[in-house]
Amino acid sequence: MPGRGMPMSRLKPRSEYEKTGSFRFWRWLAGSRDPYVGEVEMKAQIPKEPRELTIRERMQERQELLTRVYDIENNKKIAFFHRIYVLAAVVFCLCFAGILVAMVSMLPPTGEADRPVNNEVPARYIESGLQETGAVNIVTGMILDYRAFDTFGESNVLFAATTTVLILLHEKKKKREDGTFEEIPSDRLLEPKQDAILQASATVLVPVIILFGIYVILNGHLSPGGGFSGGAIIGAGLILYLSAFGFEKTEKLFTEKTYKYVSFGALTTYCLAKSYSFFTGANHLESHIPLGTPGAILSSGLILVLNICVGMVVACTMYTFYVMFRKGDF
Amino acid sequence: MDLVQNFPFFSIMLSMFSGIVSPVLPPAAAKWVNRAAVTVIGALSLVLLLYLLGTGESYVFMMGHFPAPWGNEIRAGVLEAGMALFFCIIMLLSLLGGNHKLLTEVAGEKQSLYYILVNLLLSSLLALVYTNDIFTAYVFVEINTITACGLIMIRETGRTIEAAVRYMIMSLLGSGMLLLGLCILYDLTGHLLMSNMREQVAILAQSGEYHMPLLVTIALISVGLSIKSALFPFHAWLPDAYGYSTVSSAAILSSLVSKGYIFLLIKLIYRVFGFQVFHDSKIVNVLFLFGLMGMIFGSLSAIWENDIRRMIAFSSVAQIGYIFMGIGMGTQAAMTASLFHVMSHAATKSLLFISAAGLTDASGGSKKFADLTGAGYRDVEAGIAFTVGALSMVGLPLFSGFISKLLFAQAAVQNTGKLLPALIVLGISTVLNAIYFMKTVIRIYTPVGDEVRSRPASGGRALYVAALMGFIVLNLLLGVNSQPIVDMIGQGLGMFA
Amino acid sequence: MGNLLVNYGEAAAMILFVIGFSNLLLHKNLIKKIIGLNIMDSAIYLFLAEKGYIAGRTVPIVVDGVQSVEAYINPIPAGLVLTGIVVSVSVSALMLSLTIRLYRRYHTLDLDEISTLLKKEGV
Repeated sequence: MPGRGMPMSRLKPRSEYEKTGSFRFWRWLAGSRDPYVGEVEMKAQIPKEPRELTIRERMQERQELLTRVYDIENNKKIAFFHRIYVLAAVVFCLCFAGILVAMVSMLPPTGEADRPVNNEVPARYIESGLQETGAVNIVTGMILDYRAFDTFGESNVLFAATTTVLILLHEKKKKREDGTFEEIPSDRLLEPKQDAILQASATVLVPVIILFGIYVILNGHLSPGGGFSGGAIIGAGLILYLSAFGFEKTEKLFTEKTYKYVSFGALTTYCLAKSYSFFTGANHLESHIPLGTPGAILSSGLILVLNICVGMVVACTMYTFYVMFRKGDF
Repeated sequence: MDLVQNFPFFSIMLSMFSGIVSPVLPPAAAKWVNRAAVTVIGALSLVLLLYLLGTGESYVFMMGHFPAPWGNEIRAGVLEAGMALFFCIIMLLSLLGGNHKLLTEVAGEKQSLYYILVNLLLSSLLALVYTNDIFTAYVFVEINTITACGLIMIRETGRTIEAAVRYMIMSLLGSGMLLLGLCILYDLTGHLLMSNMREQVAILAQSGEYHMPLLVTIALISVGLSIKSALFPFHAWLPDAYGYSTVSSAAILSSLVSKGYIFLLIKLIYRVFGFQVFHDSKIVNVLFLFGLMGMIFGSLSAIWENDIRRMIAFSSVAQIGYIFMGIGMGTQAAMTASLFHVMSHAATKSLLFISAAGLTDASGGSKKFADLTGAGYRDVEAGIAFTVGALSMVGLPLFSGFISKLLFAQAAVQNTGKLLPALIVLGISTVLNAIYFMKTVIRIYTPVGDEVRSRPASGGRALYVAALMGFIVLNLLLGVNSQPIVDMIGQGLGMFA
Repeated sequence: MGNLLVNYGEAAAMILFVIGFSNLLLHKNLIKKIIGLNIMDSAIYLFLAEKGYIAGRTVPIVVDGVQSVEAYINPIPAGLVLTGIVVSVSVSALMLSLTIRLYRRYHTLDLDEISTLLKKEGV
């Protein structure tokens, strides 16, 4: 039955007219349909279960609390020590700041070329970096070729951090007897899961963001960026996708296994590639890795491969951090 | 270049690679990969050590195709190889000895994660030992911190997580200061490789240019690293972290993690600042003072403690005080004594932690002294091992602790200015050590009479006993056959300069 | 005064470092402590960025084949900052997850309060 404000047509029968865009437009304009009703999942958060306390326990707790709060002697002592601690900390920090600022005034002047840091080391990076590493971006050439061991260590820092986060926050879903999985209580149920605006914008943005991330990774040796920044961008894209479409969609594409194997594969490639280059370098062997034409995408030897590996690790790590913080399971 | 010279690089890469492989392996396989990796790395370090003792010269190894001021380097000398070998032995024994506790205290699917952390920790220790580049050192210090935090909180109880938070806060304070110090040093010298920095620092020290920034740098780096290695006033995180984590973690943390930072500090003193420059800055006196205070207050806290694991942890504070006292004395002999004490303390402290685990298991899992009465009869091997460790800590002849105290005393005699305080505190601390360790030993050998609780039948008992025996042998080896090791340390320090 | 007026960026970095440091010392709230840590790290990156800067030169990305030292700033501090950022991201993630675990269990962010609760638990 056509309600009040429902658009009607004089040219088409009702059933046909409801399929057209103009019907939907006029209906939307009239506000006769709430796009959120039935679409957005809004559940109340599970209230914290009150612990069963007997009256005696309650009174005892209250008594304990009162004695602790009104233990004036002790409070005075604590307040006294706290005041001394704060005073000492403030004085220490002021002295520390004073010393550091005084020290800064004796450091070489910023912005001038004639300083100890501008010696033969950056000179070689700038003058022959392009020929020796094949990377147009000198910083990328430096961190992934001249000082690659640091960068390898740095990927391992990320790997170690993910491992510790997994230890702390990873909760395996418990299987119920009927074969379904229990909902994990830490999942934030209040969060809207089918937000139309978020979904519409994510549909447009996610592919663009991920493409941009890939672009940044692949151009790491040519322009600002590289594995870490590109990986972080891809990770952000994945997080946006998850926020818009929920875990059911992302689980098809990214699970714990994905994380394990992607990081394993990427770090192994990284490790083997760098081991090869360290080994040949230290033993003065020819490395046989073509550097390509500087400026082309496929150039600069191992740097491109390493950037891709780092990008994969970083993207997975960022996404894993988010998932772990939000829910505790993939 | 000989193949042997590649071994430091192989060791670092192998331990990292075994860490990277571990997540895709089931826990049992991860465990065996870890054991195999540690054993292989130990063997490689042994071969390298013998090779270096033969040639008598250290060498640098380019990590990549670029020579000294541009590329990244690692460096191996007698001391580095010896430390790497020693760290591998301690790590293997600690893991074997704590294996049965690990199985019960860590959830099944998280055990392979534990081995990732252990492997990465080993690689970071090796990198700290071998590196010749300060920024690499910083990166691996951070890996060390994160993995150590993981080792503390892998046993997920409220206590360990709180301890991990306290550990991280202190530790990150330390790394912040370390990083700031390194950045200022880079600004002053323009290099990141230790050998090049050392030349520049020597020039600066001679001309007197940038005197104050250099002092601030030395202070920041020393204080940063001593915060990380739990020197006395910064030790608040230590008792909980060592007292409640799973026993292999406690053994590894007390004997390897803090020692890695101390080794790095000694390396920076010799290879970056130069011994004389470091000695002329007055920071040595601060370290000396903190060391002395740690020796006394650590022992006093240990006497008051009613929990055996926490008592051993507080004893660590005192022993780290010894090491920093040696660094603070500022003579070559004292440095040698400190390095020897690093080894002796590592061997003894992990022995104590692992044997204490056996004693508490035999007493129904309670760590309180009252329940430990007669535990030495219920778990004979653990009782013997604990006694050996305690005697070594007190400093009886035949055991390693005696040699390090002797070396400290000899070093103190050479330094007239610090002779009196050093000897007095050494004496007081030995007496205090004797009080709390002998109290414990007497307690575990006090007969309880008829009521003998049966030892919990757990698998892997043979492994546990083997690890204890390994530690005892190591301890006696350091105690009886100390001269070659002291010579090796001396030779290694000579190569640093 | 020395170079203080020229090195105002470094001076700001040092003051920020101490602000972060004092956050760690004075605040009880764990989240504020983590913020303090991040301020400390960022201060060091600011310091490094200032160290790399040379007036009138451009970013170290080779353009038009110009490869003279006079054209570009020092690339090393930039590389160090990149490495440092990753380290501080990892450390922040670890600290935050520790905080989450403690908060879930004790419903507080105050470390001293947690210690009291732990003593009450008496494990």
